[in-house]
Amino acid sequence: MDMIKLEHIVKSFGGRRILDDLSLSVREGEFLTVIGRSGCGKTTMLKMINGLHQPDSGKVFIEGQDISEIDIIGLRRRIGYVIQNKGLFPHMTVEKNITYVPVISGRKDKEENRRLARRLIETVGLEEDMLNRYPSELSGGQQQRVGIARALAADARIMLMDEPFGALDEITKQAMQEEIAALKRKLGITIVFITHDIREAMKLGDRVLVMDQGRILQLDTPQEIRSNPAHPFVKQLVGSRVE
Amino acid sequence: MEFFKEVIDLYVERKDWFAQLIAEHIALSLIAIVLAGVIGLLLGIWIAEHEKAAPPVLGIANVFYTIPSISLLGMLIPLLGIGNTTAVVALTIYGIMPMVRNTYAGIRGVSEDVITAARGMGSTDFQIMTRIKLPLALGVIIAGLRNMVVMTISVAAIASFIGAGGLGVAIYRGITIYDTALTFGGSFLIALIALISDLLLGHMEKRIKRRRGN
Repeated sequence: MDMIKLEHIVKSFGGRRILDDLSLSVREGEFLTVIGRSGCGKTTMLKMINGLHQPDSGKVFIEGQDISEIDIIGLRRRIGYVIQNKGLFPHMTVEKNITYVPVISGRKDKEENRRLARRLIETVGLEEDMLNRYPSELSGGQQQRVGIARALAADARIMLMDEPFGALDEITKQAMQEEIAALKRKLGITIVFITHDIREAMKLGDRVLVMDQGRILQLDTPQEIRSNPAHPFVKQLVGSRVE
Repeated sequence: MEFFKEVIDLYVERKDWFAQLIAEHIALSLIAIVLAGVIGLLLGIWIAEHEKAAPPVLGIANVFYTIPSISLLGMLIPLLGIGNTTAVVALTIYGIMPMVRNTYAGIRGVSEDVITAARGMGSTDFQIMTRIKLPLALGVIIAGLRNMVVMTISVAAIASFIGAGGLGVAIYRGITIYDTALTFGGSFLIALIALISDLLLGHMEKRIKRRRGN
């Protein structure tokens, strides 16, 4: 079944067309990476999926349901959302960050939340004693792991990630890439992952979506994109890849 | 030295009277602080959420803020008469400005990324306000509160010119009968109350910052 489906999405901001009749489907358990220049519409596309932006026309379906017809708050609580490390709540401890979605959903049992936080901090490869720290006391890589743990706390079947590793150094970034690939295999979640790094896109994606000016240039497996680039821009992008 | 001894003698001699003035002064200030605090906070939250309303509200609050206190009191007399009520109203009008401004600035200063993350994770507008924006703006809001508290306590001295109580009574009487010790005695106590309040709030501000680990 299609986990996520966008149908003929059009979206303009201030007269500028950001998404131009965009249609695409993401299968359950698929890892889709999205790449394109700044301003190509990739973040806007991602924000369509959890309803942070509404399309001017077109429809978004999650698990077959038109999201304009369901409770958007409830939907967002079931979708993991990870943005660059600035997205952690600086006034909350790691534990409070991780259990944020359960708490705002009304699950306030302290013991249960504590157990959940302990389990998730371990899942993302951090020590339990990190739970009482504040985000400012963590390194960039650790913050990113907490961000992922927080997104997992919702028992999310879908995870939306907007350049999650953009601010990390190369070594930490590679470790995090391994981590997220392993998590996806283990948990079978569907991931839409935005990046501006073609190597990252090719390495992680089951399929890679190349966008430009609000349109899809190519949506295919990394092998296909490499061997049959459908557009000069794609070719250039793949060509710039350091072997 | 002679002068300070005179002031201390005055405190000892008329301690019941001064105690009463202190109590009145604190009561007067406290009522205005609570009113201005609540009104300013709510107004600040409202204009932070309704961007279009911000310039007029801040503009009006600013105009009131720049009216000299003595003339604001004078202007209120025809409307409200003389006495404590008028004083509280005037002090409240003054106090609203720093509260509105800081609440607004504090909330607007919260990082867009953090708000987007909270919204994307399924927070309602109310949850974003109470769990994210207000806690993150708290440092700036308390700085505004400190400002407002100190100002209210000192401006409250003028309230006695329109027949309200408080330590201004000692100052006013000291001026009229040319008793410098009495004027100083009242002023000193006002400064002391303001200073202690400021220290307490400063301590609170520091504790909030430390709790965040930054």
